[in-house]
Amino acid sequence: MSDSDVDAAGSHATGDRRAASPAPDETILELERVSKRFGSESAVDDLSLSVREGEILTLLGPSGCGKTTTLRLVAGLERPDGGEIRLEGESVAGQGRYTAPETRDVGVVFQEFALFPHLTAEENVGFGLQDWSAADREARVDDLFDLVGLEAQRDAYPDELSGGQQQRVALARSLAPEPSILLLDEPFSNLDVDLRVEMREEVRRILKDAGVTAISVTHDQEEALSLSDRVAVMHEGAIEQVGPPERVFQEPESRFVAGFLGHASFLSGYVSDDVVHTAVGEVPVDLINGLSSEYEATRIDVLVRPDDVAARPVGRADGHSTGTDADGEVIYRQYLGPTVLYRVELREGDVVECMHNHTEQLPVGAPVDVEVTADHELAWFPKSAEE
Amino acid sequence: MRTIGLGDRVRDDARPARIGLYLASAAVAAAVLAPLGWLVLGALSVPPTSAVELLTRSTTVQVFLNSAVLVVATTAACVLVGVPLAWLTVRTDLPYRRAWTILVALPLVIPSYVGAFAFVSAFGPRGRLQDLLAPLGVESLPSIYGLRGTVLVLTLYTYPYVFVTARAALKTLDTRLIDAARTLRHDRKAAFRRVVVPHLRPAVAAGGLLSALYVLSDLGTPEFMRFQVFATVIYSASTYSLDLASLLSLQLLGVTVLVLAVESRTRGEERLAGTQGGSHRGDVVRLGRWRWVAPLFPAAVAALALVVPVGVLLWWLVDGGSGLTGVAFDPTYALNSVSVAVAAAALATAAGLPIAYLAARRESPLANLFERISYVGYAVPGVVLGLALIFLTTRTVPALYQTLPILVFAYVVRFLPQAVGSTRASFLSVNPRLPEAARTLGRTSIGAFRRVTLPLVAPGLLGGAALVFLTTMKELPATLLLRPTGFETLVTFLWRAQENYAYGAAAVPALLLLAISAASIVVVLRGEGYDVG
Repeated sequence: MSDSDVDAAGSHATGDRRAASPAPDETILELERVSKRFGSESAVDDLSLSVREGEILTLLGPSGCGKTTTLRLVAGLERPDGGEIRLEGESVAGQGRYTAPETRDVGVVFQEFALFPHLTAEENVGFGLQDWSAADREARVDDLFDLVGLEAQRDAYPDELSGGQQQRVALARSLAPEPSILLLDEPFSNLDVDLRVEMREEVRRILKDAGVTAISVTHDQEEALSLSDRVAVMHEGAIEQVGPPERVFQEPESRFVAGFLGHASFLSGYVSDDVVHTAVGEVPVDLINGLSSEYEATRIDVLVRPDDVAARPVGRADGHSTGTDADGEVIYRQYLGPTVLYRVELREGDVVECMHNHTEQLPVGAPVDVEVTADHELAWFPKSAEE
Repeated sequence: MRTIGLGDRVRDDARPARIGLYLASAAVAAAVLAPLGWLVLGALSVPPTSAVELLTRSTTVQVFLNSAVLVVATTAACVLVGVPLAWLTVRTDLPYRRAWTILVALPLVIPSYVGAFAFVSAFGPRGRLQDLLAPLGVESLPSIYGLRGTVLVLTLYTYPYVFVTARAALKTLDTRLIDAARTLRHDRKAAFRRVVVPHLRPAVAAGGLLSALYVLSDLGTPEFMRFQVFATVIYSASTYSLDLASLLSLQLLGVTVLVLAVESRTRGEERLAGTQGGSHRGDVVRLGRWRWVAPLFPAAVAALALVVPVGVLLWWLVDGGSGLTGVAFDPTYALNSVSVAVAAAALATAAGLPIAYLAARRESPLANLFERISYVGYAVPGVVLGLALIFLTTRTVPALYQTLPILVFAYVVRFLPQAVGSTRASFLSVNPRLPEAARTLGRTSIGAFRRVTLPLVAPGLLGGAALVFLTTMKELPATLLLRPTGFETLVTFLWRAQENYAYGAAAVPALLLLAISAASIVVVLRGEGYDVG
């Protein structure tokens, strides 16, 4: 994550990258109440979304949530059954209009890249430039190979390239005709795990260098959070929440979003006198994000992620304790190397997950106390929302 | 592709068996090559001056030109019919795609001479249509004979080669490549030209090659359609000038090699996208309002290739017409066909076994060479093989000339590839760990083969044998050249009846041949697991 090249390109890491996006408010793509059905099955349902110039937005969701269909609708590879899609202010689909993909000015990086197997890397990159003059085409292809750093492999065929190289060619090919927006369909799913992390940073650098607006699609939350300027979490054909990665992660607006972005446990509690009474003790209201006074004297669920809570052994020193006064007991442990994930069943029935490194190991069945150690505000949901 | 596992190299006790296998394969390979050797020797023994004179005669040159034009025109027509049909049945929402696929592939197994017979007996002089129209004052129909009729009939029965290979290629085409092209500013047409066509080219070349080889080797169709090509001239010359026949045979082999060379150039370097996975999400081209017009194309093709011949033959069957007397069908002819075909199937399967086993194990270049040699029969036209065997027998063992053993031998050479291919495929499908497991359980290598491998490959062997049996029943040129005098089979009778305009008498054998063809497509489809979906 601390690659100096990436930092030099002014693109990565912390909050300031968001500010660097040019003209943040200019909407380039707008989907308005778009629907798409396959037979009786609804793939995209009344979806609205706007994408701003220069940003990288990721559609994140489990498989079958309609994210790839959304991408194909934007590309023009599918026609919507309802709603409207506007690109740079012009309607490209909906209300009887339909612009074919070849005239839509949208670039696509396909899952598994879809490089033309009978053409060299260079011919692949030049494929979309057939209307350009030979000199312009050559110059453009040169620029792109320079951008993706693949000059040495220009004459290679796709089957002679590694996964990462194929991805660079695919990226260069889709950027070549200077599309007004670039779509990436599960761009890293075809790569080895190690290469994935490396290519995430590389792709982000290339997209930012090219200054292109991009929509990416993935089911990998880590990828979504690290690649994007904004994340849109999709569920059953609709968008549950859109926002910057930190915000979506820390302030999920629905239990689905909370659960999809990393491990999520819920601590039920009762709000009273500036504290929330929970099975693991009292949590100060200050630590609960935006909990307003109207929830005084009601029950809520507090979202805790494994790094927000810690399990402590009980009665270890004197060997006397039977554990009856402990918060709960360990029912599952998974050794992950640097850390250990524990699942603790609390006396009141809630189950929370804790992840930390301990020199001592807690065996399954061990009575433990659970402590909220979070140094940031916690999200919460009214209890009734679940029922 | 197979990984070399434990025990793959530990086979010392199997050594005598291995040597036996190699010797048997070598013997079969030698037997396949021997007739051709004799043919070449025969041709070389023609004095050079008379060879030049024979080959530069205007009739000989004309035959060469006729053959060339016929091959080029028919192959082109096959591509024009086969590729659009493949596209319609794979990439579009054509109604009843499965049914059309089967129907349109069916002519593959019908011998073209049966079709030619049906067309001639319907549209030729003394034909059904002629009889029908005569009272109306129609004196003569446009002639069915000659180049055009030959191209028409041969196309109707050889386009399926292109259809089947093009289908296979279209099915492996990753449709995301088309999507990719479209997002790169290519409309459907441009995407087809720059993505689909390069993907299809090797497959279409391979299918075109099969069509071309069929056309070059076919004797019955051009003979029935009265168009002089290599096969017909070699056949008739075999009775009066073996010199001319052998020279023409060499020339025909030369043209065959040329066709093979053209195909391998067209195919180019294969970089197929098959590895990237097949079509996605039933992504088909919607035909829109053409959806109910498009089926007319496969319907027309199927009507011409299937319905017309069957209809004509049934008509002859019901109403025999006034053919010349003295030509009547005798059921023993069918029995003759069956008995030689059974012998050929059994022998070809046995002869193919050692070659197929060694080839499936891919253990040495020699094994590959034997397999390649076994395929020679495919490329050698039946009329050339027949002639070569006439040379072989008359110059070495005259007693064998025109006897059943030599006829069966010809069938074996010609259809050995079918037996080897089918057997090899079933050996490949046997997990090599299975006989190894038998070895660890105390079987000898031969015992393991008998108790484990052989039962597993038995269906494949049977499938191969069935295919040889059915194709032997349909074989025409070698049968005509090599049969003992007076030995009549279904095909030779059809030949004689056609010569004598005894169309009514030929209806039964022709319909029987159609039934055999229908049976062989069942075997082909089952054996190759051909997916028509």
